[in-house]
Amino acid sequence: MIEVKHLTKKYGDLVAVNDLNFKVEKGHIWGLLGPNAAGKTTTMRILTGYLSATDGQATVADFDVFEQPNDVKKVIGYLPESVPLYPEMTVTEYLGFVADIKQIPKAKKREAIEKTIVTSGLQSVRGRLIKNISRGYRQRVGIAQALIHDPRILILDEPTTGLDPAQIIEIRELIKSLKGERTIILSTHILAEVTQTCDGAVIINDGFLMASGSLEELTASFAVKKAGVHIRLRSASAEASALFKNMAGVKDVRPQDGGFTIEWSPGADLRDDVTRLVVEKDMGLLEMRPLGMNIEDLYLKIISGGMPQ
Amino acid sequence: MKNIWAVFKKETKCYFTSPVAYVVIFVFLILTGFFFHSLISWFNTQSMQMAQNPYYMQQININQMVYSPLFHNISIILLLVIPLLTMRLLAEEKKIKTDELLYTSPISVLQIILGKYLAALFVLFVMLALTGVYSLFTFAYGNPELPAILCGYLGLFLMGAAFMGVGLFFSSLTENQIVAAVLTFGSLLLFWILNWAAFSAGAFWKDTLNYLSFFQHFDDLTRGILDTSDLVYYLSFAFFGLFLTHSVLQSRRWR
Repeated sequence: MIEVKHLTKKYGDLVAVNDLNFKVEKGHIWGLLGPNAAGKTTTMRILTGYLSATDGQATVADFDVFEQPNDVKKVIGYLPESVPLYPEMTVTEYLGFVADIKQIPKAKKREAIEKTIVTSGLQSVRGRLIKNISRGYRQRVGIAQALIHDPRILILDEPTTGLDPAQIIEIRELIKSLKGERTIILSTHILAEVTQTCDGAVIINDGFLMASGSLEELTASFAVKKAGVHIRLRSASAEASALFKNMAGVKDVRPQDGGFTIEWSPGADLRDDVTRLVVEKDMGLLEMRPLGMNIEDLYLKIISGGMPQ
Repeated sequence: MKNIWAVFKKETKCYFTSPVAYVVIFVFLILTGFFFHSLISWFNTQSMQMAQNPYYMQQININQMVYSPLFHNISIILLLVIPLLTMRLLAEEKKIKTDELLYTSPISVLQIILGKYLAALFVLFVMLALTGVYSLFTFAYGNPELPAILCGYLGLFLMGAAFMGVGLFFSSLTENQIVAAVLTFGSLLLFWILNWAAFSAGAFWKDTLNYLSFFQHFDDLTRGILDTSDLVYYLSFAFFGLFLTHSVLQSRRWR
């Protein structure tokens, strides 16, 4: 649905996006993940036809972004990083204008506006001037603006930045509810956003592609292959350590972070046995988590420049 | 066409929901009203003096003595207010980042420019049409020539249209409205007084400078002389402004 090949964008000498490749399948939500100034906004601006690329190819819904920009613009709904709102208009007036320039036929215009107002939860502010509504609602108007022509593809640039925690959850739920037939790309510098809303991610840093794939693929391909658990107990005694060591199949037990790291041979799964032992000996289980790198460790490692593609 | 209409509608609404159009039109009408009143008063005293002498009585012409100077005065006020009307058009879109919405919608740069330009022309039209009230008095108490007056109005409108082309161009260059207004005003004034340099210039430059000057082309029109070369001058000036604006906006993507 969205495919980017060898995409490069230079602003003078500054390389914003460097040889980027990724592909997003139909009906998926993908996150474009990276720290600030990684090239996320530039990539999105190229996909939406706002900017040209220095080199490379991009196709959106089988249209070439550079050869058929108008066809691409018709199937894309785009929420830019700073929401493009006219403060002097009311919400309904604004959506009316957007409906006009997105070329919604006059007969369907009213229906499209009504439907979008309901989907985006704007009923209570529909008649108010945009300059007088809160930030959370402005973000919703921004999403409504991207949705009004019922696009097959949604491109959302940092849709939750600057919102309070409750609003962030609302917007995330809204985005998830839009999934269905639509293909969605959203950019963010917050990992939790990706793990909670997206099916996959493209991780970029300094314009370079660092990793891309579905969440499972990303974790699987980068996770350090270690079998075992990290366990934290109310009373972490040497006696407990010895008990774990004596279990069948356990390779190594070492104290770590006020608990123990228990490792066993790959392929085995001793989690049940460990739990049973803890309960039998009344050790007081506080925490138990599997070993191996999770996506958060991966992300941190990538953006600190530790891991090449 | 539908896209141009959408932009036109939005821009016109924007002029008339904010105080901008009202304040500009208000000030414009106060000033032109003052000029009209002064000219009519002067014309009255002149007529009364000349009425003593049948020879001079023949010379009295309200078109020459009131309308021609009035149109000149209005043109100067236009020079002052048009930069204020056009400065917002593209600069503000950039400033509040709504240009990203426009340029990612299935609508061409040309359609955006034309929609905005036509909205500005509409305000100009309203402004000039409202000064038509003055003519109610002159027609009620005198006998001016209507075609000459219409010719003068056509001149004002075309000149305003040319000014707006320039204004739109400078608005496309910056996101600061004041900068756009000052640049527009400066260059319009320069074109206005270009013929001053013609007095001391050689034959070729004399003609060129005279041709380029706003003033030279306007003078004929205020006196009721409709010359195609003047119309072509203003229309090409407006076209050139729009063309440059189009080039600026098209090149934006590549920077």
